[in-house]
Amino acid sequence: MTARAATSAREPLHVDGEVIATKKAGAYRLLTIAAPGVPARFRPGNFVALTVAGHVARRAFWIHRIKESSAFGPTLDIVVEPRGPGSRWLAAQPTGTRLAVTGPLGRPFALPKEPVSCLLVGEGYAAAVLFPLAERLRERDCAVTLALAGMDEAHLVSTLEARRSARAVTVITADGSVGSRGTVGEQLPDLLRRSNAAVAYAAGPTAVLRDVARAAETCGAWSQAAVEVPGPCGTGLCHGCPLPVLGEDGVPRIVRACTEGPVVRGDRVRWAEL
Amino acid sequence: MTIALGPVMVASGCGGTGRELAPFLDLDGVAFVTRSVTLDARQGASGPRVVEVSGGLVNAVGLPNPGLEHFLATELPWLVRAGARVFVSVAGSTLGEYADLARRLSRAPGVAGLEVNVGAPDETGLDLFEVREPYHAASVVAAVRREFPADRPVLAKLRPDVSRVVEGARACHEAGATAVVLGNTVPAAFPDGRPGGLSGPAVAPVVLRCLTETARSLPGVPLVACGGVHDAASARLFLGAGAVAVQIGTALLHDPTTVARVAAELGDDA
Ligand code: FES
Repeated sequence: MTARAATSAREPLHVDGEVIATKKAGAYRLLTIAAPGVPARFRPGNFVALTVAGHVARRAFWIHRIKESSAFGPTLDIVVEPRGPGSRWLAAQPTGTRLAVTGPLGRPFALPKEPVSCLLVGEGYAAAVLFPLAERLRERDCAVTLALAGMDEAHLVSTLEARRSARAVTVITADGSVGSRGTVGEQLPDLLRRSNAAVAYAAGPTAVLRDVARAAETCGAWSQAAVEVPGPCGTGLCHGCPLPVLGEDGVPRIVRACTEGPVVRGDRVRWAEL
Repeated sequence: MTIALGPVMVASGCGGTGRELAPFLDLDGVAFVTRSVTLDARQGASGPRVVEVSGGLVNAVGLPNPGLEHFLATELPWLVRAGARVFVSVAGSTLGEYADLARRLSRAPGVAGLEVNVGAPDETGLDLFEVREPYHAASVVAAVRREFPADRPVLAKLRPDVSRVVEGARACHEAGATAVVLGNTVPAAFPDGRPGGLSGPAVAPVVLRCLTETARSLPGVPLVACGGVHDAASARLFLGAGAVAVQIGTALLHDPTTVARVAAELGDDA
């Protein structure tokens, strides 16, 4: 009985990682992690599961960015919002901390076959997952409109970088501290109309995902939602992350968010049950 | 019958369908206990299904599984092709359902043995056959044993109920269980009061107590320990206390390479 080195380029790895750099980014912490082999397998929408000292359950984080070259080889960035004991612990770790990293995990975003207009809507730290997606879409000549939302300026992810990743950027804050004041829901119809999007991608709290899915459906656009259902493993082993969906056959099912997701078609999720 | 089980097995409900574990563990030759399979498909509980508590996890997953037909058509052949020694965990609402499961699984190619789930933390909520009394657990084992070839093992997985475990193990063994697995999750509650089962490092001392008492009272009964094994030391503790094998569950959710790692470390002892 032996451990095996993943053979397929798509299979996740479980590796000994290390925090290479850590910096404050508003209300969040940006961690750069060396996790040998993981970056090369990454596709936008993937996440990593990290061990947290003294805890049985693992914590999942969106991969925000892959940096190709450093003294440590390719590294990955994650955005951590210190909320519970696990994320607070992680956010407080200094450079040099060793971490068990499993990834990349989960189903990534589906990319359009044609160069079409795409609207990317992200709220809070989860918006981190949209940046590598924006880059991939741009490489495919898609027109990318990025809407970043947060309760205030401190809860926006990488707004400066956003201008490099997208053709048009809209910033929305609940308190109006920067960008326009309001909620994603209020601005969605306008965003969809202005961007003329054929596909809408969403990351953030359930309400945002649901609003984007519904608004997209109303406009005849496809939607892809990066859902977050808490689960202890992130690897598909425990069935602890139920996501209620409607199957292709119209039959309601519960699937595992970490393997059948976390990116799912917005029109397939039974949002009312989340 | 002597059985070659161990020393390290994948515990029921923590190995996914096998495919999710395969990137981290060469399943060839591994004793893999499937999630519990029922005759009809079950959706499982709605969320949250698993909550972290100090020292472990509380779960009420609700036995999600695709039902026997679908399992036989998809999950089982995949596991067999991967070379796993497949122990199918079975659960049912009636004795007839258990018998039916055992009969159909006895004809399925590649089933190394069965594990009868007679220790769910709360069988009523799951609409499972009530097995709180050792006599009832033994009836389930007997019903399965009658339908499953005598030369293949049937394991009985009991709840680690310290006050009844020796009685339960004796009854199940007399009813034909080849080995007794101690234990399942410990009955517990979520912070909001919903019933669930506790697993992880916190339950290891409870399982150890069940194991030592049962091993002392029933020296002839092969025992498999399940609860809180996460490294070679915790495995050795159970093996030293009389277990013929250990099952690894919750630790796989923390580190999916645990089974391979522990097996390698134990192998180094030899
Ligand atoms: S978190 Fe364990 S299966 Fe999804």
